[in-house]
Amino acid sequence: MKFELLVTLILFILLFLKLGNKEWKNESLLSVVNMLLLVNLIAGFFMNQDGELFSGMFRTNLTVEFEKNILNAGTLIISLQATQWLKNHKHLLEFYMLLLSTLIGMFFMISSGNLLMFYLGLELSTIPLAAMSNFDLEKRQSSEAAMKMIMSSAFSSGILLFGISIVYGTTGTLNLSELSAHLDGSPLQLFAFILLFTGFAFKMSAVPFHLWTADVYEGSPVPVTSYLSVISKGAIIFVFVSVLYTTFKTLAETWYHVLSLTAVLTMIIGNLFAIRQNNLKRFLAFSSIAQVGFILIGVSGSSQLGTASVIYFILIYIFSNLGAFGVVALVSAVTGKENTDDYKGFYKTNPMLSWVLTISLFSLAGIPPTAGFFGKLFLLTAGAAKGNYLLITIAALNMIISLYYYLNIVKAMFMDKNEQPIEKIYGGTTSNLALLICVAGIIIIGFIPQIYEYIYSISTGM
Amino acid sequence: MNLSLLVLIPTLTALALLFCKGLKQVRSVALIAAVVQFVMAGILLCNYWNERTSGNSEQMLFQYRATWFAPLNIEYFVGVDGISIAMILLTASVVLSGILVSWKMESMSKEFFFLLIFLSAGAYGFFISLDLFTMFFFLEVAVIPKFLLIGIWGSGKKEYSAMKLALMLMGGSALVFVGFLGVYFNTTTSTGMHTFDLLKISQMHIPLEAQKIFFPLVFVGFGIFGALFPFHTWVPDGHSSAPTAASMFLAGISMKLGGYGCLRVATYLMPEAAQEYSTIIIVLASIAILYGAFATMMQKDLKYINAYSSVSHCGFVLLGIGMLTKTAITGAVMQMVSHGLMTALFFAAIGMIYDRTHTRIVAQLGGLLKVMPFIGTVFFIAGLCSLGLPGFSGFVAEMTVFMGSWEHVEIFYRIATIAGCASIVVTAVYILRATGQAIMGPVVDKHHLELQDAKWNEKFAAGILIIGIIAIGVAPFWLNDLISPSSEIIMNKILSVATDYTNYH
Repeated sequence: MKFELLVTLILFILLFLKLGNKEWKNESLLSVVNMLLLVNLIAGFFMNQDGELFSGMFRTNLTVEFEKNILNAGTLIISLQATQWLKNHKHLLEFYMLLLSTLIGMFFMISSGNLLMFYLGLELSTIPLAAMSNFDLEKRQSSEAAMKMIMSSAFSSGILLFGISIVYGTTGTLNLSELSAHLDGSPLQLFAFILLFTGFAFKMSAVPFHLWTADVYEGSPVPVTSYLSVISKGAIIFVFVSVLYTTFKTLAETWYHVLSLTAVLTMIIGNLFAIRQNNLKRFLAFSSIAQVGFILIGVSGSSQLGTASVIYFILIYIFSNLGAFGVVALVSAVTGKENTDDYKGFYKTNPMLSWVLTISLFSLAGIPPTAGFFGKLFLLTAGAAKGNYLLITIAALNMIISLYYYLNIVKAMFMDKNEQPIEKIYGGTTSNLALLICVAGIIIIGFIPQIYEYIYSISTGM
Repeated sequence: MNLSLLVLIPTLTALALLFCKGLKQVRSVALIAAVVQFVMAGILLCNYWNERTSGNSEQMLFQYRATWFAPLNIEYFVGVDGISIAMILLTASVVLSGILVSWKMESMSKEFFFLLIFLSAGAYGFFISLDLFTMFFFLEVAVIPKFLLIGIWGSGKKEYSAMKLALMLMGGSALVFVGFLGVYFNTTTSTGMHTFDLLKISQMHIPLEAQKIFFPLVFVGFGIFGALFPFHTWVPDGHSSAPTAASMFLAGISMKLGGYGCLRVATYLMPEAAQEYSTIIIVLASIAILYGAFATMMQKDLKYINAYSSVSHCGFVLLGIGMLTKTAITGAVMQMVSHGLMTALFFAAIGMIYDRTHTRIVAQLGGLLKVMPFIGTVFFIAGLCSLGLPGFSGFVAEMTVFMGSWEHVEIFYRIATIAGCASIVVTAVYILRATGQAIMGPVVDKHHLELQDAKWNEKFAAGILIIGIIAIGVAPFWLNDLISPSSEIIMNKILSVATDYTNYH
């Protein structure tokens, strides 16, 4: 419970700050919040314990704690990146309260030992997110994004609940660890599984349930978009893996096929749509859909290797994607430009930011020596353990398609000429620090094999 | 000798370059780095000879291993044999001469040299690695710098060429990786884990069914790097759009990654499949040789001439590998070294000409030998080497491939060999025609009369490569002695399974 209590504590501190008489300046508030988040992150590494609470509703172990640490780190980086955007925002504290509520929701979701608990955590993490999407209060697009988000999540939650109720009807329990013994693959249970899978696919934005993603990503403020694409996606994937591997392990035959089909569709459609995007946020949205496809390939390996590779990939993905989003957020906050064409000639005026974006994109594309290379190849390796090389070949060729559009951005920055390139941008210390953390993470993680070894040692297979 | 220095030094120089200020500092750091690499390659060769003459008959010398990703049994594992040393020498020469040629590079010079040096780190790493994962890592490190090199500093339709090259080469490496995974999951070590260790895998036997699936993946994947027909189309565009040094690196180093991989991984680890598919390889290689030669005849741009002739010449490498005899394999490696030096020299000469005349169209050039005797001679030497004149490396290498091919008596192999020999005639036609028009004859353009001959850096650059070419051409035995024990090991592995294979059928 340590993680949840800490975040709740921070939430209360912010609440008192808000209620207090003193008028705080945004800058000082931001530094207070960032310090609190840093403390939160550091505290996450100490005093860890295994165990269960509330008669199995809430459980925790080393894997879960590591996953929560990853999410904490990502949240801190996003908060650092958001300074440029938040520094003049009237509702700074509300933003953080919503953000932290979703974080608590995700923590409960990851720790859940019961489908109801999982549902509770999921809702807690989704509904404030919709409010966050609406945080560019004066922009119509932003409220449109929030509306789409709330509608689609309500819809997917409904499907999920339907699935959960059928599961309860056929097995008489909702406890995740007890369920697997009761699942025998009867048609009704398969139906329930498909419903649950659909619910998950909605939240992960796997094809064909991805349609909300691009619009929501485009409309939301960039920090919210990055939070959606990294933290919230990471959390749901963590849960997805553990539910598939423990609860539904008796149905492994069935879900393997569903999963590989979804993975292939997700990769191909995500990639093909990403090629055609001109808005960088939309582009990153589709590229993140494609990344989910790769993750699903790793999940399909259903072994210790699979779990470890997925966690490792998400750790790297946080750094790579936040590196890319960090630059986009900065440019968007200062100049309001978000299109690929605007980035033409970017290198001439902003060499440092160009390199950060380039390295991040290379990491997303899986090019060495960036960490993304290792992350992606381990996913493929985990998937290949099943011996389905057709699937792996499709995935490998999809990496080439994705390389095409990532390189297109690099081309725009380095090679294309532009009459009016984006002017020189200075992001301030905090955003630079955030970008530095991302770049350092991208470059270093692959060369510290102990990280992967640790993740492997704490992961469990099916 | 610590082999990792070969990777470490370029990496550190590349990082140091980022902190350099001004053109002078940048290029002197780059030059020092290149010289150090060159010296190290020389020392490596001497050490290697010492070890061998003192009776060390281990397959790979100077081995070093460190665990990288223990759960997957991935190691950083390096070591060299004669073939790798030959490739390292080639790389070092091309890097040094490429840096010298780009001495005048003024726009974004820091980035330019950074990428060149970074690329060379990848190439060295590839040639020394004995772990498939490490090897793959370095293979990809050597690809993306080329995209930026061509796209930023190139000429003509550079963006298109850069993208085409990057996507095709990465496509190749994607196939290679799937192949590697297939090999990996078909191995078991004593501890029950899978392994990427090349030496260990070579002691195992990969099931025939798996070989039949994964050999084509690995071979075609590497073949794309080595201009395997019909995946050669990146070669002409890439080479012709690239800046001089990048063209030299591409032809001199990158294409060799492919040939080396085909030999070291595909053929060595999956010998039965290599035999199974050898006819297809030979057919494709012969097509590449002839098609490349005829396509060159139609070219009017000097860089395109050299690029298409590279397709033809690299066909000999694949032909030698496909023939699966010891002599042919030795010849293939020699052809890699020879072609690397020769094309690098050719591109250097073309670059020098283009810098001065601002054209590469043969018809607009003429009489350059009178105006620029040094550059003219360099071009001439490269041409003569390309058409296989005795005394230059091209002759030795191609001759060895042909001799190795002729060891097969079946009519199919004979026809392939004869087709390969016939291409030399075509080569002579296009080389002599290009040389005659561009270098000899009267000066076509009056402005060309005022052109300056080569500067010191260009003379050095050309000198290094010419020495290499002649050293191989006049005294081929040292290179042969270096390579043939290693190709014998590969051959023995193929022969050892050959008997099993015939029994199996």
